[in-house]
Amino acid sequence: MKLEMKDAPGQLVAALKPISEVGGNIIAVIHQRDPGSDDDTLSVQIVLELQKGRLGDLVTLLKKQGVHIQRIGEERLLYRRTVILIGHLMHTDLSDTVDRIDSTGFAEVSELSMSMPAINERSSSRLTIKSVTKDDMEMAISILRSVASEKGLLLIEPLEEIV
Amino acid sequence: MKVAIVGLGSVGRGVAEMIAKKSLGLTVTGIADSTSGIINAGGIDLHDVLDVKHKTGSCGDKKISANEVIKKADYDALVEVTPTNATTGEPGLSYIKMAIGRKKHVVTSNKGPIALAYRDLKKRAEKNGVVLRHEATVGGAIPIFHMIEHGLAGNEILAIFGVLNGTCNFILTRMSDEGLTYEQALLEARQMGYAEADPTYDVQGIDAAIKLVILANTIWGNGVTLNDVNRTGIDLLTPDALRLAEDEGSTIRLIAEAIPKKGLLRVSPRIIEKSHPLVVEGTLNAITLETDMAKEITLIGRGAGSIETASAIIGDLLFIRDRYVERA
Ligand SMILES: NC(=O)c1ccc[n+]([C@@H]2O[C@H](COP(=O)([O-])OP(=O)(O)OC[C@H]3O[C@@H](n4cnc5c(N)ncnc54)[C@H](OP(=O)(O)O)[C@@H]3O)[C@@H](O)[C@H]2O)c1
Repeated sequence: MKLEMKDAPGQLVAALKPISEVGGNIIAVIHQRDPGSDDDTLSVQIVLELQKGRLGDLVTLLKKQGVHIQRIGEERLLYRRTVILIGHLMHTDLSDTVDRIDSTGFAEVSELSMSMPAINERSSSRLTIKSVTKDDMEMAISILRSVASEKGLLLIEPLEEIV
Repeated sequence: MKVAIVGLGSVGRGVAEMIAKKSLGLTVTGIADSTSGIINAGGIDLHDVLDVKHKTGSCGDKKISANEVIKKADYDALVEVTPTNATTGEPGLSYIKMAIGRKKHVVTSNKGPIALAYRDLKKRAEKNGVVLRHEATVGGAIPIFHMIEHGLAGNEILAIFGVLNGTCNFILTRMSDEGLTYEQALLEARQMGYAEADPTYDVQGIDAAIKLVILANTIWGNGVTLNDVNRTGIDLLTPDALRLAEDEGSTIRLIAEAIPKKGLLRVSPRIIEKSHPLVVEGTLNAITLETDMAKEITLIGRGAGSIETASAIIGDLLFIRDRYVERA
């Protein structure tokens, strides 16, 4: 979202505080003075991730602080992770496996590729999962882990370093 | 500095050959294998011993045991290179305790005692004013512990990611490059001498997990054991799975991972981008550390081999000589 505020000390802090109050996570803050304007307003662009449904609260809080919001660009499903499942995928109802993720409402299987081996051999499939927040992704992966162990499937996760 | 060597297999021979060949200022005063031993305070002729071992299968006098060499020979540091037993740590565990009890420094490549009893052994060594070093137990020739202790001194190690088993990495490389099945790649690994007749220990990730336990205990002193490692092997992977990973510019490798802040200790096959530094070919090993100051650092090198492993042992011996023996 893009915010506009008075170029006074404390203004940026005032704008950032409500974000943490509603449980948002700031990803980037880009501020630049508008070359066209010579007044004392400062344009700030903030990229953040926010649980669904909390945006309204944030807008109210920001307005209370006297911060003017120029534009809100919302992008759902920010996180993307690819996993591979190996096993008797059809016998164990692949569409149910996919559904366990889709039915969460906070994550979805956006792509699925599948290999077709000989009958009775284990098959392999690649699933791409998307979610809004990182926590949602962790949750989706942990659901997938328990589904895989329940159905006797081998789940191969991507390596996510950076601690 | 005077050295005794117990175990004269692949690694022990490599150490003896390099001490004989290079002038490192090391004199070997005792040697033992499973059936015999030699003690000579004036220094053993290593060429002779290696020759006898090659011809007869025993290195010395059948009346002299390894115990006797460790208890009676005159040495400053013991090189303990007997086979790894992950359940009991023996015979290495007793040998190491015996040498420390005599106030001798110890250098080992044996994973068993270090994975099972590192804290206890380290305490014993400290109490006796000697050091126990085990560079060769993880990553073969890769000087991972030297790097952490010296080059990265003062850094907090936040996470470790490693390709710690050359056999698994070879199998996965072949499956990925040639589209082989797991069984075909394993057969090839056997023919090349990379895999044992019973490959369980390697392919189910046990060897990698033991090395991860050693890394975690050495770095964080957290007392974790093999049972704490969440472990999945590579024996159920399909060529299709590798192809599906490749379609996206990735591949699959067996990764050992420890992140103490998340309570995570895991060995599992993982999807990893081909351009990632941990994606190494064949039997190579690789270790990435994530630290607070240096950020990510990756070391790549040979994870096994007679001379390669001897390199790590000799590095430890010379460190002990310079730091503790010749100063005293
Ligand atoms: N090979 C590698 O590349 C490598 C790399 C890193 C770490 N390591 C570790 O280094 C150690 C040695 O490996 P290696 O490949 O050299 O093994 P190896 O070739 O099997 O040699 C083992 C040696 O230990 C001796 N030995 C067995 N039981 C003994 C006992 N009770 N008392 C005294 N000596 C005994 C054997 O005697 P005999 O000759 O009489 O049979 C042999 O000389 C292992 O713990 C291994 O896990 C190996």
